[in-house]
Amino acid sequence: MEAKEWKCVVWDLDHTLWDGILLESDEVVLKSGIVEIVKELDGRGILHSIASKNNREDAMRKLEQLGIAEYFLYPEIGWQAKSISIGNIQKNLNIGMDTIVFIDDQPFELDEVRSVHEQVATIEAHEYSSLLAHPRLNPRFITEDSRRRRQMYLEDSRRKQIEETYEGPKESFLADLNMTFVISEAAEEDLRRAEELTVRTNQLNATGKTYDYEELRHFAASSEHKLFVCELTDKYGSYGKIGLALIEIKEKAWHLKLLLMSCRVISRGVGSVLLTYLMQQAKEQGKTLLADFKVTSRNRQMYVTYRFSNFKEVFNDGEGNIVLENDLSAIQPFPPYIKVEIMAGSFN
Amino acid sequence: MTLLTEAGMREKVRSYIAANLVVYDEEVVFSDEDNIFALGFVNSLFAMQLLTFVEQEFDIVVDNDDMEIINFSSVSNIVNLVQKKKAGA
Repeated sequence: MEAKEWKCVVWDLDHTLWDGILLESDEVVLKSGIVEIVKELDGRGILHSIASKNNREDAMRKLEQLGIAEYFLYPEIGWQAKSISIGNIQKNLNIGMDTIVFIDDQPFELDEVRSVHEQVATIEAHEYSSLLAHPRLNPRFITEDSRRRRQMYLEDSRRKQIEETYEGPKESFLADLNMTFVISEAAEEDLRRAEELTVRTNQLNATGKTYDYEELRHFAASSEHKLFVCELTDKYGSYGKIGLALIEIKEKAWHLKLLLMSCRVISRGVGSVLLTYLMQQAKEQGKTLLADFKVTSRNRQMYVTYRFSNFKEVFNDGEGNIVLENDLSAIQPFPPYIKVEIMAGSFN
Repeated sequence: MTLLTEAGMREKVRSYIAANLVVYDEEVVFSDEDNIFALGFVNSLFAMQLLTFVEQEFDIVVDNDDMEIINFSSVSNIVNLVQKKKAGA
């Protein structure tokens, strides 16, 4: 089984990103070729962050001066153990610990991080020039959404700051965001992103299954299936394509073979919008709605979503393979704070 | 571990819901029997948070079988579920 793609490179600064120790001399020099590496990885949709024992102000000032500060999300610069820094970065980016790679010149630091977070990959600083060719830093496909990934995280962090300082009732905050959720049947240009979503999404994937481009293309074109994608935007920008659903059209039922939502939108409370839409559509077609579910170590929230939308188990093999059914007698309305748009048109 | 009275449990659950549910009507006051699904928007995020709250606050594990909407549709029903799980069901 292929090892997972890395989603974030966390860099140490002194003797790693640059030659020299910032606190000893301000004249640190970025290592040869390293800026190109950072930019190239950024273009592939890989995020960067920093875990450095340094004075935060000085380090940020130097990074700005070197013109690269913008590439690093949620930098952890201070005097705490690096394992703590990595923990904070993981929480802030909300990615799996096993998708993080940490690069540092000191074996002590690499060991310390590994001793707390076994799943974090580590690389010694002097091997930085091998990063671009590393198989786990070469995603199979690069989509528009992956190129914009850092931008979207920046937009997210702006949203978070605003949300944290917001004092009014939650309802108006959400309404104020002017969220729009657009559901459409997948077109050719959506398929790469759809594949990326199945590979990258773990927590909100009902079956944990991944699909490749060819499989998705087959379903999008098939008259016995429907493949839906959804996009979320708010007043700060677009979250990109964040949801995917695959329906097999059967005689008496629509069968949901795949349902996933990017966990980036969990906090927006839109997890059930796509499901609600599918329930409405199935009902209109006079069908019931079945859904496959496979228990994984990370998708409990998806199970909860189904159950709280009135799905009941109709099959369970005792090994985690479940089929749920909804008689569509009770469909919750869309959340009041989201505008839901359906885009017409199909694949063919 | 302090044993909670039923009234104590109801109070905790009611406060949690009041603080976290996005309600349709800001002015609403709800009783222990009111259906929270009719009261506000129970999205997957709230459902997960409520579940986690109930499990951690009362030290129980909610099984897949327990995840019927009816078990979570009101303060009373939630407390009944907690008591049932604590009694070992």
